[in-house]
Amino acid sequence: MKILVCISHVPDTTSKINFADNNTKFDINGVQFIIGPYDDYALARAIELKETTGATVTVLNVGLSDTEPTLRKALAIGADDAVRINAEPLDSYFVAFQIADYSKSIGYDVILMGRESIDYNGGVVHSIVGELLGIPSVSPVMKLDIDGNKAKLAREIEGGKEFIEVNLPFVAGCQEPIAEWKIPNMRGIMSARTKPLTVVEPKPVDSGVALQRFELPPPKGSVRMIKADNVPELVNLLKNEAKIL
Amino acid sequence: MVILVFVESAEGKIKNTSMEAVAYAHAMGGDVTAIALGAVEKVELESLGKYGAKKVLHAADEKLNQDIIQVYAAVLEQALQAEGADTLVLANSSLGTPVAARVATKIGASLASNVVELPDTSSGFVVKQSIYTGKAFALVSLKNQKKVIAIRKNAVGIKDVGSPAQITPFTASLADADFATKIISTEKATGEVLLPEADIVVSGGRGMKGPEHWGILEDLAKALNAATGCSKPVSDLGWRPHHEHVGQTGVKVAPQLYIAVGISGAIQHLAGVNSSKYIVVINKDPEAPFFKAADYGIVGDAFEIIPKLTEAIKAAK
Repeated sequence: MKILVCISHVPDTTSKINFADNNTKFDINGVQFIIGPYDDYALARAIELKETTGATVTVLNVGLSDTEPTLRKALAIGADDAVRINAEPLDSYFVAFQIADYSKSIGYDVILMGRESIDYNGGVVHSIVGELLGIPSVSPVMKLDIDGNKAKLAREIEGGKEFIEVNLPFVAGCQEPIAEWKIPNMRGIMSARTKPLTVVEPKPVDSGVALQRFELPPPKGSVRMIKADNVPELVNLLKNEAKIL
Repeated sequence: MVILVFVESAEGKIKNTSMEAVAYAHAMGGDVTAIALGAVEKVELESLGKYGAKKVLHAADEKLNQDIIQVYAAVLEQALQAEGADTLVLANSSLGTPVAARVATKIGASLASNVVELPDTSSGFVVKQSIYTGKAFALVSLKNQKKVIAIRKNAVGIKDVGSPAQITPFTASLADADFATKIISTEKATGEVLLPEADIVVSGGRGMKGPEHWGILEDLAKALNAATGCSKPVSDLGWRPHHEHVGQTGVKVAPQLYIAVGISGAIQHLAGVNSSKYIVVINKDPEAPFFKAADYGIVGDAFEIIPKLTEAIKAAK
């Protein structure tokens, strides 16, 4: 079984977000980049499946050369080889198109990724990949077991979950608690240096969208404190000032 | 211009977020056709007229009672064609967002999810999308004639603008291949206000000291007709189900009011609530970082404050 795990290279969840070049570029100053947290869950589950079924795990990122340390980290966690599609990940369709195009040339049985990246939060790449390849896509997946040619999944829905069966191949957008995040050990880090990392040039595609600029939300006003012995005052403010109740 | 709106239902009732999607399409200024799939109550379908739907299509085939993403995408593609619609609007959700992606890919549309306000059409067609988990916005031009737009809660709000609409049956041809994913069973809380749908959310953190103390939060939620949520540690500890986890890797909410009780306010939690209109924080630690993101705050013991708050709310109604 061949598993492809697509990972995003995103700012750490604690990053302060700023923009540069007239609000047209993300400001990477002082920002630590990580494997997208949802993608990290997908990767962890793929490594577990590798251990139990003997599957091979390829990890893929659409990004420029600065994302290679992130791919190496995924190799240290246990992926067998890495692919970098050499392009800036401009929008969801562009990224999905590159993933679908590359995976067609290999023929993966399972394609995993996070339910969404934590930079653009589109939550659509898995579904576009599924549609482009003409195979099922399921997201957000919180449980995944594979038995032969069949997979059993649990998908989170509003207020509960759905239990799904699907035959391979399929695409899944993953989230917790599908697996526990894995931290690379020293042996993993050493072996990651020599594992293959292939760079593939992107295919041109028009995704029909163009970024104009970024914006930050207006700064939050200061908090109004209410004394613990004056709870009705809170209700009064919610009713008459916020006009909610 | 005809705009098709996909409306979702739960237990036969139209979801609030889908009513808002109809209102959004109406405010865009087109002829709005709404479409619902599977079993939905007739009066619920008719009511879509009030939010601006001129026409309501109902694909009532019982095979559509299960919401399979590929099947729904195929039906919507056919409905767009039958209505001569270029644009599909729907609400972001665990169903809506993947369906939007597949439809956009099928028809070659410009796709935008997490849209937070009406498009700016003064020059082209520019939508505002929430990015970096609510920490920023992107203004993105949708260049294709065909567009698929998935909106976030509170993008326009719901307004009564019309009168009940007529229902037209819609028959789609369903291909077996689209039923490749089989839904075996569903586990779903019933009778609760769903977290992503709620106008008010009451959330508890580790400061609640244990699942046995959730009763006072549930009483408060009931008094406010609110949904209950929780922080990540609470769902990790198994005190509350995972679908109630609000935050960076859980549910992102955008209610009118978010009440956080005993939650310190880690940046990952704030990422899930920063689109809330008003935030109330109740915590015994005056240094809790959440107060910096709050509109109103009370320092004190939740076990004393919450029952008093519930009483005061009941009294104010």
